[in-house]
This record gives sequence, structure tokens and C-alpha cells, in this order.
Amino acid sequence: MYGFEAMTFNIHGGYLEAIVRGYRSGLLTAADYNNLCQCETLDDIKMHLSATEYGTYLQNEPSPLHTTTIVEKCTLKLVDEYKHMLTQATEPLSTFLEYITYGHMIDNVVLIVTGTLHERDVQELLEKCHPLGMFDSIATLAVAQNMRELYRLVLVDTPLAPYFSECITSEDLDDMNIEIMRNTLYKAYLEDFYRFCQKLGGATAELMSDLLAFEADRRAVNITINSIGTELTREDRRKLYSNFGLLYPYGHEELAICEDIDQVRGAMEKYPPYQSIFSKLSYGESQMLDKAFYEEEVKRLCLSFEQQFHYAVFFAYMRLREQEIRNLMWISECVAQNQKSRVHDSVVFIF
Amino acid sequence: MEYIDRLPSMDLMRSEKMMLAQLIIPVESAHRAVSYLGQLGLLQFRDLNDDKSPFQRTFVNQVKRCAEMSRKLRFFKDQIHKAGLGLSPHPASETDIELEDLEVGLAEHEHELIEMNHNSEKLQKTYNELLEFKMVLQKAGDFLMPDGNHSADHETELDENVHTNNDYADSASLLEQEMQPGMSDQSGVKFVSGVICKSKALRFERMLFRTTRGNMLFNQAPADDPIVDPASNEMVENIVFMVFFSGEQARKKIHKICEAFGANCYPVPEDSIKRRQITRDVLSRLSELETTLEAGLRHRDAALNSIAFQLTKWMNMVRREKAIYDTLNMLNFDVTKKCLVGEGWCPIFAKTMIQDALQRATFDSSSQVGIIFHVMDSIESPPTFFRTNHFTNAYQEIVDAYGVAKYQEANPAVYTVITFPFLFAVMFGDWGHGICLLLGALVLIAREKRLGSQKLGSFMEMLFGGRYVLLLMSLFSIYCGFIYNEFFSVPFHIFGSSAYKCRDATCRYQFVPQMIFLNSLFGYLSLLIIIKWCTGSQADLYHVMIYMFLSPFEDLGENKLFWGQAVIAVPWMLFPKPFILKRLHTERFQGRAYGILGTSDMYSDEEPDSARHPHGEEEFNFSEVFVHQMIHSIEFVLGAVSNTASYLRLWALSLAHSELSTVFYEKVLLLAWGYNNFMIRLVGLAVFAFATAFILLMMETLSAFLHALRLHWVEFQNKFYSGDGYKFKPFSFASLTDEDE
Repeated sequence: MYGFEAMTFNIHGGYLEAIVRGYRSGLLTAADYNNLCQCETLDDIKMHLSATEYGTYLQNEPSPLHTTTIVEKCTLKLVDEYKHMLTQATEPLSTFLEYITYGHMIDNVVLIVTGTLHERDVQELLEKCHPLGMFDSIATLAVAQNMRELYRLVLVDTPLAPYFSECITSEDLDDMNIEIMRNTLYKAYLEDFYRFCQKLGGATAELMSDLLAFEADRRAVNITINSIGTELTREDRRKLYSNFGLLYPYGHEELAICEDIDQVRGAMEKYPPYQSIFSKLSYGESQMLDKAFYEEEVKRLCLSFEQQFHYAVFFAYMRLREQEIRNLMWISECVAQNQKSRVHDSVVFIF
Repeated sequence: MEYIDRLPSMDLMRSEKMMLAQLIIPVESAHRAVSYLGQLGLLQFRDLNDDKSPFQRTFVNQVKRCAEMSRKLRFFKDQIHKAGLGLSPHPASETDIELEDLEVGLAEHEHELIEMNHNSEKLQKTYNELLEFKMVLQKAGDFLMPDGNHSADHETELDENVHTNNDYADSASLLEQEMQPGMSDQSGVKFVSGVICKSKALRFERMLFRTTRGNMLFNQAPADDPIVDPASNEMVENIVFMVFFSGEQARKKIHKICEAFGANCYPVPEDSIKRRQITRDVLSRLSELETTLEAGLRHRDAALNSIAFQLTKWMNMVRREKAIYDTLNMLNFDVTKKCLVGEGWCPIFAKTMIQDALQRATFDSSSQVGIIFHVMDSIESPPTFFRTNHFTNAYQEIVDAYGVAKYQEANPAVYTVITFPFLFAVMFGDWGHGICLLLGALVLIAREKRLGSQKLGSFMEMLFGGRYVLLLMSLFSIYCGFIYNEFFSVPFHIFGSSAYKCRDATCRYQFVPQMIFLNSLFGYLSLLIIIKWCTGSQADLYHVMIYMFLSPFEDLGENKLFWGQAVIAVPWMLFPKPFILKRLHTERFQGRAYGILGTSDMYSDEEPDSARHPHGEEEFNFSEVFVHQMIHSIEFVLGAVSNTASYLRLWALSLAHSELSTVFYEKVLLLAWGYNNFMIRLVGLAVFAFATAFILLMMETLSAFLHALRLHWVEFQNKFYSGDGYKFKPFSFASLTDEDE
């Protein structure tokens, strides 16, 4: 019932929407970033963050800090907030919140599988996993030799199981087909999430379809750029694009046959929303593309807070916090490695 | 008489007169001066470095060091808490140490502690492994013994296995050993045994089943003792498992799964003699380790105890130092970089005390140059500071919770001292209950000294903080109870038979037109009530009031009043104020033109970072003021009506209270007394006492309290109290609290 959410939304969703809006006001502001960028050491960063909501998470860390500690503690805060919301949520919001973590789950699966392929220690790999994407038997991924085993042993118990139907093969795992697996899973995940949001209807469907379409299009562009010059065939590349989004279907046809970055640019500039992104880049350049996409994404995420009575705020908040943590990581890295001139290269201001 | 003379004038009614002072402190005596001021606690520093981020300030390194020290102290506290030791409550104050020494000492202590923890953790780990091994060995015996049908055929095969074993006793960690026993033969059934956390066991078994496609046998038994997890210091319940399987591939996979699940595998020989021998070895090593662990623990406890003795003192010291540096960070360097310039608010009466403290600071730090203290004037509104005592503090808190009074605004807390308990008592009028409350309040007050020094729970804290409110509330309820003639709902014939249960609505208001509006309505009502009391007339007062509004110009017969009273008051309230304001503004504006000319050169030599922030000239907009006044008038008229309704609450609640106590009295106590059975009477009495204590005394007190609060905040204070000031927060060591808790 579009337009009538205001009547019933607050029965179940009101409390958490208020919570998430409160969380959002705790995001670092441009003034905070300006101060952080002026820091000389990681201790300065800690000192500045101690005045923000991250304070309690960092206060007990002994003084020679590392970037990883800062990132870990900041992520811990996000995870705590997420868990708080998840335990308070009722259906369908709880399912929606769970959907948000599936992306991390896919990344963790790929991380562990790639890691064991290169014979890394499992515990070490587990520490690198994103805590939001953890599931019970994640460590057992190391046992599997091929996709079929991966599915049969471990993933059948996880929410990722239905996404696996596309990529069950008996081939041994290697870097190439792990990457294909990641993208196939991600495609299935995005499409499933998209369908779920459409089912929810209302403002949630409207806003989320916009946000997810952007995500799908960005992935399509990234897949295209990363697969240029590899042995991935055009048909296989075409198969990895999600079946929705602004580029679907005609843009995908064009992207599938691109052979260099300028052709991608040519294909994308036909779409007005993406024109502005590519106009910021010079020809032949793809380094700054990530930042340009992130900036556009942050803009869209912030806009979703302008409407009320929908779930997209939860998605937006999680994404914004992740972006903030990426920013903090970049700033800390720059400070730690004395590369302060590059500090603005990758920081995306949220407000 | 002397006592009254010594009272400061208008003590609670108006807030203290404040002044803005400037301090110019030489660098060498700055720390000491600020610390003395902190002990005095009567100066509120203004942050002169508002534009600077925390790490750009002057004393950032000192603040960082303090933060690092307090982190170490928190670590110690945590460790002491974990070890189950207590802090010494009274800080040992005989020896004073320098901050630098403390820093070094803390670092040493921390290093020592971490090392000890590391060692004991390592020992604990080994100990755990041995303990687990012991359990596995014991349980494995049960698994391997031919006591069931299916294990019999395993036995026959296992018996053929040639057991090659190496020496365990000397190896450091059992986990690092090869899994030789149990899988010596190339064919046949092998097994892996170990220990896994109970919560993971089911998933572990499922995973094993899936990987081996069901070709395995999983035996498990709960472990006898829970094991202490060294990381979290918690007891973990474990189970001992033994997996039988065949084939080299399966072995590899099972080992990988064990690793992934964090299960510790231990080699177990099938030979029972061998097993017994190893068990003996393990047991002897266990007892050895136990003594080592004990010794380590004792050593650590001794170290922690010595820290615990000093910890409170150190924490106070670090907290003070940090506060001093935070305050110093609010000061500015002057041009020569030799002096710090600070500004702050202080009450005028504290001037000599502050000057005295500053002089002492100069003397004690043997500085050549004195500290300059002079008064500045400011356009900014000063903070509000009421000096309160034990008694008035709680009432002031009640008012401050609504809003802090503007500087020198009339303080409603003065009235609240009486009106609050009175309004409460109107709702809670029962002298039986009042006496119970009084006893409670007296107990709290009698133990004031003891309770004040210790930490209380949040509920007790609230009760203790409001003990004097409680006292007056109970006294007034006894008074009202006498008037209502109620003692646990039973009427007592003390003043004859009539009970004055008719409650009046009285209000206090400020402005003349408002007074007239209100007095013409409610003053009239009060008058009528008194007349009714005196004459015993049967006229219906509600009738009078309602008809006065519905048909003000009609003849009301016996209920006569001068007509149109409300009609006059409203326009009177509406019109004059904007005109008066306009006139005032014009006058002020003319006056200021001269004022600026006169004062401008006086302040030209003022320092640039002074507190003067002249506000822009506000345009006077007549229509805006008029609209504003109109809104105010409408609000006032509507508010008066709705507030009257709110005062009806008093009546409703007092009725509810007396009805409720009547119900308990009649339906429980009298009913039970009706039976001639001792047991029933006892039960009845118990129920009555319980209901009186919890429902009537606790819940009704709470509800009456909340309504009295509402009447004060919403109905009383919104009439005249603007409450838009800010509180005086002096820099004071006494107000430093444990912010970590």
C-alpha cells in the first residue's frame, strides 16, 4: 500500500528507525575529517576519535597504535550497533537487515577459499574476515576442494545456498573461477535482494531499487574493467551482470564487448546519471573511478534519510558507516606512512 | 536572631551576583595556580581556544600522558577486579609523589603485570592441555573397551594395530606431536580423539558426517570438569570425542575439520598398559604444574594487592592532573609567550578567596611575577549560581530539571519548598500513611553521614537525594490527613464530624491583567467556596462557573457576579504591552547613541581576545511584537482553562487514594477480622500490610509525586519562569567524578 506506510510503519519499525537516525547523527562530519587529516601521529587520531562515539572503543588500547587496531575497533562499534538493531527487529525488517550482511558473507567465503588455495593459515584468514559476514562453520571452508564440496559441506547451511545453484561445478578451485564464483554469487544476491525489496513495496522498494540498481551498475562496470585483457569470454562476462539496473539490458550488451576503458566510458556516458561520474575523469584513467562511484553512492545514501517510514535508511546507515571506516583506514594509513599529501585521494566526506 | 543576621540576603530567591574576571598567570606558576583554583572550586573558565582541535592545544602532550596513565590504571583495576581483590576504599594519603615518578612507576607495574599474565597464561594453556589429555585418556578407555555390540569389531581390528609410540613426557606441547598412535596401520579402522567445546559438538559431528559421507563412528562423552578459557577467564564445558574412520583421505579431512573447529586432538594408544602409564605421567605433570600455577598466582595477587592499596589515590591524582591540563588548554598565551591569559566567571563574594589562592600559588612556586586578577565587564549573560544547602538542594534540582533560571531571575525553588510538599499532600492526605513516610524520611536523615559517603544503587540514591523533600511531604500529608480526617482510611473524630474534603484551586500569577483574568474566574471561585463553607449554601459551584462562560450577559439569578470580567481582562492583556515595548525601545535606542560615543574610547585599549561580543542591533518590528503578544494572550487564556483542569487532578488523586485505602481496609482487614480464625486474621493482616506498604506507600507516593512535579513544571512554572539560563559549572576537583563508570 504505497503512501500509507505512515499509518502502520511505526508499530514495528518506528523504534528502530529512530535508533538508526540517532546513529546516523553520530557519523563523523566534515569538520571531524578536517581535524583528522591534520593529525601527525596515530595517537592524535585516537585522541580526536576519543571525543566522538568511537571513544569508548579505543580508550583501552595501549599507546603504540596500529591502523588495523583502529579499523578493528571502529568495525566493532558498527557490529555492535548492527547486532543491537537485529535483536530488536521484527519481520520483515530482520530479514532485510540480514540481507545487508550477505555481501560480506560472500566476500568472506571468497577470502577463505582463496587463502587456503594459497596455503595460508586459517586462523589468520579468519581474523581478516569482516565480522558482519561471519557464520558458524566458516572455518570449515578450508576443507573443500571444489565448488561442489564447498556447497555440500558448508554453504548448504548458510543463506548463500540458493545463490550457489549457478556455479556448482566439480572443477578444482583456482583464482579465476573463484573470482567468477564471487561475481555469480553477488549477482544472484543482488537480484534476490532486489526482489525482496520489491516485495516489501512502498518507499522501501522505491529507494532500495534505486540504491541496488546503482550497486549493480557499478559492479557491471567494475567487472568489465577488471576482465579486459583476461581470458573471460564476452558471453561469460555478460552472464555476470545482474539482470536489473539502469544499464539492463542494452547497456550490458555494450559493456560486454568493451575492450578498453574508453569504450566503457563511451557506453556509460549515454546514461545521464553516470555521465557526471565519468566527466570527472580524464580519458584512459580508471584509478579515480572508485572514488567517483563512492562519492555518488554516498550522495544517494544520504538522500534516503530525507524520507521516512522505509527500510532503506538501515541499508544506507550501514553503508555510510562502512564508508566512514574506509575513510578512517585511509587517513590512518596515510598518517602512519607519512603520506599526508595523499590523504584526500580516497576520503569521501559523508556530509 | 544572630543566625538570621548571618544569612545572606535573598539567598535562594536570586542567583549570586557574578563577574567576569581575567587572569594573567606567569607560565611557571600556572599549574599550581590552576590546581589551587580547582581546590577552591569557584571559578568557571571560559574556553578561549574554541576554534582549535584538541591536539592543536598547548598542553596536548600532558593530556595524552594523563590519558595513557588512566588507561593503565583502568587496566590495573580490571585485573584487580578479575583476581577478586578489593580496592582499599580510603586513599592512602601520607606520601605525595610527582606525576613523572608515578608515570614511570605505572609503566613498570604494567610491564610486570603483563609479563606475569603472559607466563601464567602459558602455564594455564599447558595445564589445560594436560587436563584435557587426562580426560581423553580416561574416556578413551571407555570407548575402546568391548562393552557394546558395534565397538567389538573395532576392537578386533584395533588390537592388530602395532603401536609405535614415542616419549611424551618431555615434549613442550602435546599438540605439536605427530598423531602416531591410532593410525599406525595402512588399512583398517583408525581413530582420532580429542576435546571440543560442547556448543560446537553438534555441528562438528554433522560436518564430520558430511565429509566422510557417513563412513565414520562418532563417540562422545561429557568431560568431567569444565576448563578455564585463559582468554576470557570463563569456564567452558567440553566433551571428549573419538572418531573412528578408515582411509588416509578421511584422516586429512578430519584433521582439517578439527583444526577449523578449534578441537584439540590428543593421541591415545589403544594398548591399555601403555595408556595407564601415560596417564600416570600426565597426572604427575599435572600436579607439578598445579603448584607452579599456584605460586604464580600468589605472586601476582601480591603484586596486585600492593597496587590496589594505592590505586584509588593514583586514580584521583591522574584525574586531577588531567583536569588541570584540560583547563590550562583553555587558556591563551599572551604576546610575549611568558604568560597565560585566562577568563572566567566567578561569584563576587569569591573574589577575595580567589585572589588569596592565586597569591599562595605565586608564593609556593616562588615566582618573581605575581598573578594579575582583574574584573572585566561583559555583554554575555553570566551563569546562574544558587548557593544551596542540604535542605534546599533537592528542591533546586526539581526546578533545574525543568530549566535553569536566567541570571538573577526569581527562583521558583523558594516556593517549591512549600508548594511541592503541599500539593503532594493534597493528593496523599492520610496521616497514617504520612507517619510511615515520616519514619522512612527520618531514618534516611539520621543516617545521612553514613549513607552520604558510600555508593548507593540508583533507586536508593534517588530516595536519599530527596530525603528532605520526603520529610516535608510526609509532614504535610500528616497535616492534610488531619484536615481530611483520615488514618489508614479510618475517620478519627478529633475535630468533630465534618471533613473539609472540598479542595480549592489556587494559583499565583504575576502580571496584573493576568491576575485580573484569573482572579475574576478562580478568585471568584475561591470566594464562592469560602462563602459556601461559611453559609452552608447548596449552590452548585460548577454550575456558576460554566454558565459564566456560556451566557455571561444573562442574569444568573442567585449566583450573581459582576458581568463581563473575562471580557475586560483579555484585551487589556492583549494591547498595552506592544505599545509599552515600542516606547521603551525608542527610549533605549536614543540612549544608546550617546552611550556608544561615551564608552567607545574607554575600551579601545582592550585586548582583542576579550569576551566582548557585541550583538547586532535588533530591528524593532511592531507588528511582530503585536502578533507575539496576541499568541501569548491566546496561549494564556487557553492555558488557564487547561491548567484548571490539571488542578482537578489534585481532587481526583486524593479521592483515588482514599478510596483505595478504604478498599484495602474494608475488604481485606475487616473481612479477615470477621472470621474468628487466627490464621485468617494473620493472613489478612499480612495482605493488608503488604498492600499498604507497596501499593499505598510506594506506588501512590510515586504517582502523587509525579503529579505534583507536573503541576509545578507545567502549570506553575510556565506562568512566569523563563528558565533559559545556564548553570554555573566551576572548575572544581570535588566535582570530578569517575567518568569511566
